[in-house]
Amino acid sequence: MSRKDRMSGNEAVAFAIRQVNPDVMPAFPITPSTEIPQMVSTYIANGEMDTEFIPVESEHSSMSAAIGSEAAGARSMTATSSCGLAFMWEELLVAASNRLPVVLTLVNRTLSGPININCDHSDGMGARDTGWIQIYAENNQEAYDNYIQAFPIAEDKRVHLPVMVCQDGFITSHAVENILVEEDEDVKEFVGEYHPEEFLLNPGKPVSVGPYAVSAYSMEAKYNQELAMEASKEVIAEVAQKFRDKFGRGFTFFEEYRTEDADYIMLIMGSAAGTAKEAVDELRDAGVKAGVLKLRVFRPFPEDEIAKALRGCKAVAIMDRCESYNGNGGPLSSEVCAALYRNEVFIKTVSYVYGLAGRDFTVDSAKKVFSQLEEAAKGVKIKQHTYVGLRTKS
Amino acid sequence: MNGKNIEIRWHGRGGQGAKTAALLLADVCFKTGAYVQGFPEYGPERMGAPITAFNRISDRQIRVHSNIYNPDLVVVVDETLLTSVDVTAGLSEDGAVIVNTDKKKEEIIPLLNGYKGGVYTVDARAISVAALGKYFPNSPMLAAAVAVSHVMEKEDFIKEMRASYEHKFAKKPEVIDGNMKALTETFAALEDQL
Repeated sequence: MSRKDRMSGNEAVAFAIRQVNPDVMPAFPITPSTEIPQMVSTYIANGEMDTEFIPVESEHSSMSAAIGSEAAGARSMTATSSCGLAFMWEELLVAASNRLPVVLTLVNRTLSGPININCDHSDGMGARDTGWIQIYAENNQEAYDNYIQAFPIAEDKRVHLPVMVCQDGFITSHAVENILVEEDEDVKEFVGEYHPEEFLLNPGKPVSVGPYAVSAYSMEAKYNQELAMEASKEVIAEVAQKFRDKFGRGFTFFEEYRTEDADYIMLIMGSAAGTAKEAVDELRDAGVKAGVLKLRVFRPFPEDEIAKALRGCKAVAIMDRCESYNGNGGPLSSEVCAALYRNEVFIKTVSYVYGLAGRDFTVDSAKKVFSQLEEAAKGVKIKQHTYVGLRTKS
Repeated sequence: MNGKNIEIRWHGRGGQGAKTAALLLADVCFKTGAYVQGFPEYGPERMGAPITAFNRISDRQIRVHSNIYNPDLVVVVDETLLTSVDVTAGLSEDGAVIVNTDKKKEEIIPLLNGYKGGVYTVDARAISVAALGKYFPNSPMLAAAVAVSHVMEKEDFIKEMRASYEHKFAKKPEVIDGNMKALTETFAALEDQL
């Protein structure tokens, strides 16, 4: 049975790690995810779990060690943030292309520079094309729930891909909030035992991991990796359904909040979605038909589902907590627009950048965006790639 | 102040325990069945630098994840901040500010940028030193926040805090009674202001 508790986002993930009790966790500390390996180490020292914790000297090594242990047949995971993820870059691609179901809990923090420890999604978005499944959380509850679902998704034989479960640095990682946690045995039962089909420490069935592939084979390997990413949609949906059936919570690819008859929809990921929902309630009380589409799964990108969900509205604000420095808006904006076009959904879209390096996103910020959407729907041209909450000369 | 839905902003200096006080308040309110949020704002945190922490306490689920700009209550853990930080910015006139100081309320009011709501003073240093022999302002300021906001009944607060301290200080039981004394002394000291 669910139990009411209060925890920070980092505490919630550490609690879930204790419950899952993975075989191996190499990690190197970095703000704001440091508490996760710290708390896990405490659980291990107290005898509450028996994960093999490997304190490594860098994030490149933590991902390398996770790859090694996962290839050997051990359920492996790590945690990081920001530059730590950037330092793993090379290895992220190795994990995905070797089809190793490593789980990484990412506490989103901006990338340098200027050096800053606060939240945006530039770390996760930077790794969007490394072949990892990416799932984002609005609050500590979703961070906990998503972590538990990561293993059954990653380890499914139709998938065999690594999964990154993301939450917003400090905003949820360091905020104590109410949460429902599940019994250890229920979580263990949901996640199940790990029985890899092929692994290095299996003398009866030798395999190679990470060999060179000549051009005659490489392209097929990459194509198969892409097919696995596409197939993961079905598995993500099944696991989400199983989680709902067992624990009564959660969404599949996204949450639709008051969108059924909405004229104006904000498409957003992470903690700011809750703030946007509050704005929607206030606007609804004032007669404005506003709604929020909170994207949970960014990789694989649920393009047809998003296009279908947005089909009936007049205008959508696409909110990127990340700058792509390409003169063409953030990644979410580019991909949502492409999804709409391919599905022949020709609604107004306005791309926004918000919350970089911890810039606060408030209910008022969200309401200003919605008021611009009302203008856009009337035919007023709204500047694309607009920054929310930017300080300007007055 | 509506004790059921309340937003609190804490001003302190790094190392004084303002963040801990905010997290303790969230914890103790959770135990009485409330929805809670307790979170710090992190800058280049270092000992002595101004820091802010926040609480939302509500009877319904809290979804907003932003800082608090229009609090119902402000708690100032270090009075030297009054000359450098606009602590009453956005503070509701129906609300209140609590300042840790040995000065009288009349001496503090001129430092509050014309704030017209409730002003309360607590000499957390004197209370803490008398009760604990050391200066830890967060226990008295936590008690003051509860006393002024009525976010929970005093009796429930005292009961839950004892349980909380017994857990937190399991290896240092000698400080439990001192911290409890700091809490009750703060309620007593505020009595004639409430």
